[in-house]
Amino acid sequence: MHELQVTERILDVVLKHAAGHDVSKIVVIHLRIGELSDLEDEWLQRYFDYLSKDTLAANARLAIEKAPIVMQCESCASSLEVRKDDLQEIVCADCGESRFRLVSGREYFVKNIEVV
Amino acid sequence: MDEVRLIEVKQDIHADNEKTAKELRKRLSEEKTFLLNVMSSPGAGKTTTILSTIGQLESTLRFGVLEADIDSMVDAEKVAAEGISAVQLRTGGFCHLDAAMVTKGLEGLDLGGLDVVIIENVGNLVCPAEFDTGAIKSVMILSVPEGDDKPLKYPLMFTVCDVLLVNKIDYLELSDFDMEAMRERVLRLNPDIRIFEISAKTGEGVDEWAAWLSREATSFIRG
Repeated sequence: MHELQVTERILDVVLKHAAGHDVSKIVVIHLRIGELSDLEDEWLQRYFDYLSKDTLAANARLAIEKAPIVMQCESCASSLEVRKDDLQEIVCADCGESRFRLVSGREYFVKNIEVV
Repeated sequence: MDEVRLIEVKQDIHADNEKTAKELRKRLSEEKTFLLNVMSSPGAGKTTTILSTIGQLESTLRFGVLEADIDSMVDAEKVAAEGISAVQLRTGGFCHLDAAMVTKGLEGLDLGGLDVVIIENVGNLVCPAEFDTGAIKSVMILSVPEGDDKPLKYPLMFTVCDVLLVNKIDYLELSDFDMEAMRERVLRLNPDIRIFEISAKTGEGVDEWAAWLSREATSFIRG
């Protein structure tokens, strides 16, 4: 639901990094987005196309890699990767605990950009 | 054809907001003002709960309220009518508050004269969970009519909060809300969360929650 604001930030970040590198065009933007975020890839691209129209990043493709949700067992501290739909199903394989703490899975990270 | 080059970026989109949030928390600790972020879906009872909480504590703590709304002043007017300092932030379509918006909103309050400022975030269980507001503690309200399945639908919100207020418990008899199942679902995602069952309307349970808030705020103010 807040794709617009996130997209604006992505555009700011990539334009800043392109400046000073003699870039004529940004072609691909590689992103890593946590599975716990509720962003829709399709809308992210649509907003991006709209916002980037008159910039070096016009028509750039957003290549989105999903970062897994990682939870840590409340009892024995072992970590495991979980799918969003399985959050209520997880049980620690080491000790049987069903309570977990969120370690990661909510990041929005710009990894790198492909430019010409 | 031009050769494609790769430029490393390695930057978190939320880094700026997290920096602003950290600066705000530092300022709050200097000003000795406790900032509480209240989140819920529309209609869960944020304004009523805030007023009922302040009603319990106003003899010992000085309160201000920061109201966020997409485009109305209804809530701020309700709070101000009770004689409480209130600032309305119109988010202009934005679905959440971030630390920069909160910092700006606080300019409208005299922090030196306030012990606790409560942020009434935009009514929404998705976006507000993703943005650090700079608050010292975050609370979410889930009302009984919304159902006990909300932790399944909005796990992040339940993960980032310090307290869950289950509001409108006066509706329990009329509903199939399973309190135990809801508790277990929430604790699975966030074992540290404090859960209070309240009715902001009748006042039931509000004293216990207000006592928690008073303890947290007082210990923060004393440093």
